[in-house]
Amino acid sequence: MSENSIATPPGTTSTFSAELRRVPGVAWILGLLVLVFALASRDFLSAPNLLNIGLQSVILLILALPMTMIIMTEGVDISMGAVLTLASVVLAWVLAHDGSLPLALAAALVTGLAFGVGNGMLVALLKMPPFVVTLGTMGVAQGLALLATDGQSIVVSNDSLQAVYAGSFMGIPQTLLIGAVVYALSHWLLYQTRFGTYVFALGGNPDALGLAGIRANYYLIAVYAFGGLMAGLAALILTSRMSSGHPTAAIGMEFDAIAAVVVGGTSFEHGNGWLFGTLLGVLAVGALRNGLNLLTVASSVQVSCIGLLVIVALLIDGFKGKK
Amino acid sequence: MNDAIASGRLMARLVDLKTIGYRLAAALAICLVLAAASDVFLTTNNLLNVLRQASLLFLLASGLTLVILTAGLDLSVGANIGMSACIAASVIKLTGSAMLGAATGVGVGLAIGLLNGVLVALMRMPPFIATYGMLWVVHGVTYWFMAGTTIYGFPAAFRALGSGYFLGLPIPVYLMFVFLALGSFFAQRTTYGQEIYAIGANREAARLSGVPIAKRLILVYAVSGAMAGLASLVFLARMNSAEGDIGEAFTLPAIAAALIGGTSLFGGVGTVSGTLVGALILTLVLNGMNLLTIDASWQPLVTGVIVLLAVFFDALTRKGGDGRQ
Repeated sequence: MSENSIATPPGTTSTFSAELRRVPGVAWILGLLVLVFALASRDFLSAPNLLNIGLQSVILLILALPMTMIIMTEGVDISMGAVLTLASVVLAWVLAHDGSLPLALAAALVTGLAFGVGNGMLVALLKMPPFVVTLGTMGVAQGLALLATDGQSIVVSNDSLQAVYAGSFMGIPQTLLIGAVVYALSHWLLYQTRFGTYVFALGGNPDALGLAGIRANYYLIAVYAFGGLMAGLAALILTSRMSSGHPTAAIGMEFDAIAAVVVGGTSFEHGNGWLFGTLLGVLAVGALRNGLNLLTVASSVQVSCIGLLVIVALLIDGFKGKK
Repeated sequence: MNDAIASGRLMARLVDLKTIGYRLAAALAICLVLAAASDVFLTTNNLLNVLRQASLLFLLASGLTLVILTAGLDLSVGANIGMSACIAASVIKLTGSAMLGAATGVGVGLAIGLLNGVLVALMRMPPFIATYGMLWVVHGVTYWFMAGTTIYGFPAAFRALGSGYFLGLPIPVYLMFVFLALGSFFAQRTTYGQEIYAIGANREAARLSGVPIAKRLILVYAVSGAMAGLASLVFLARMNSAEGDIGEAFTLPAIAAALIGGTSLFGGVGTVSGTLVGALILTLVLNGMNLLTIDASWQPLVTGVIVLLAVFFDALTRKGGDGRQ
């Protein structure tokens, strides 16, 4: 019995056609949002605005992809927004102290990785509920960011940093390229590697995995570590976009990421998920934020809308689960 | 009485005796350190201040404790305080009636709690994510409602709830004792309370024993919401002003208070009186940092570390512990 569930975890044999069959739910949401905003605002479908949605969604995508894997293991990482913020502050701090961009990026990645590994160890070794563990590390990261900056922005004027967000490579904005690379990397990790197989299995039945003699803990730690590392990478884009590190810059962004994952059809309870859905979910959240912006809806109300989107997506998930 | 309920009750008593003693000793030790480190600590004014802050935290965390006893969690309590306080404040301003405002505050809190309960119990959503989603919905609506404004200046009768004294003690302290008694009686001495322990200890066994799970879950989330509403009134009365972000800093300390007090995130273990001691310990630590003029920026960091430590010890005691699961 238990071996069966390892041999064929749901979705590992995912082919493109299998993925396509699951499109409807999130595609409907995305299509509906695009339709509504296209009717409500003539700017929405303009080429510059669509590019804008793409650019703004990349940070979200970089967080949402590892978040998908974490949620597939029946976990979550609430500290992601705060870790991204801290990494951004670290990156800006190194640059402001005459460090080079590679050094600053390395420092941001190490910061993110340290929190990811820490989260993973607390969840995997102590078997504590991920929600509360990452809530605690969120407080730690937030506190460190505040302490490091005294609540102020660290402004950086560094040409090579600004070139990251503003620059383009063969006519394609670099930011989009980074997003594409991270998507390809995540896809490879989840669907082509041993790591990915265990991500599916961890959500389905971690006990069976342990009984089968697999060091499930290592893989669980690795999943959270990947999340932390990506938060560090996202800090590069965020800091480049704002030309500064601010201690509250990305607070709460993990919620947008979780929303994108849930809307994208990854389930909190059944241990199955898919990255393409998350990509569509990211675009849905990005379109929602952008469209509401165009309609000059306050950002607080945007947050409420995303919250409602999550609850509706969970309800749909719940009804699917009962069948 | 069935097994699940009986073992839940026995466990509650044992944990109560064993853990409260250690924790009170820890609180005393912190007091000694602070008394040695700061001249101000032992002044009547400061001690009353600690009690008042602890009572506010306890009011919030006591309701949350019931939720955690069922192996759930309510992450929306901070946002709940924000909305309850802001709506209560505007009702007081509009009608001039403190009673009506207070009733509205508790009502709003209760409504949010009921919604959480429905999502968790009837829609079967995982408690963490349901209340986390609710957090952001409530947060956004509150900000939209306040539109960046501040409501301030309330009638003296209302403000007494937060800053008044009776027989030398702050009024919130009386509220704390009332709800300590009510909460402990409810959890330890009523069938409802025992069923709540049973749900947390072993949900399947509780269900087979005939405990109406959905109803009890809705009850605990509703109580948690209503207590957040009540806490918001005390806080509002103390601050004498309301802004959209008024409750945000409360979620983590409330969870920390329950965990320090010995309530297990895995459910079925913990007491309301433990949470009181937890609230006291956390308040003492934060007060001590204040007295030693440590920057307020340290507070989220310290609270975060305290949550992690509490979670850590929760895991340790369970591993060596009671042999369940």
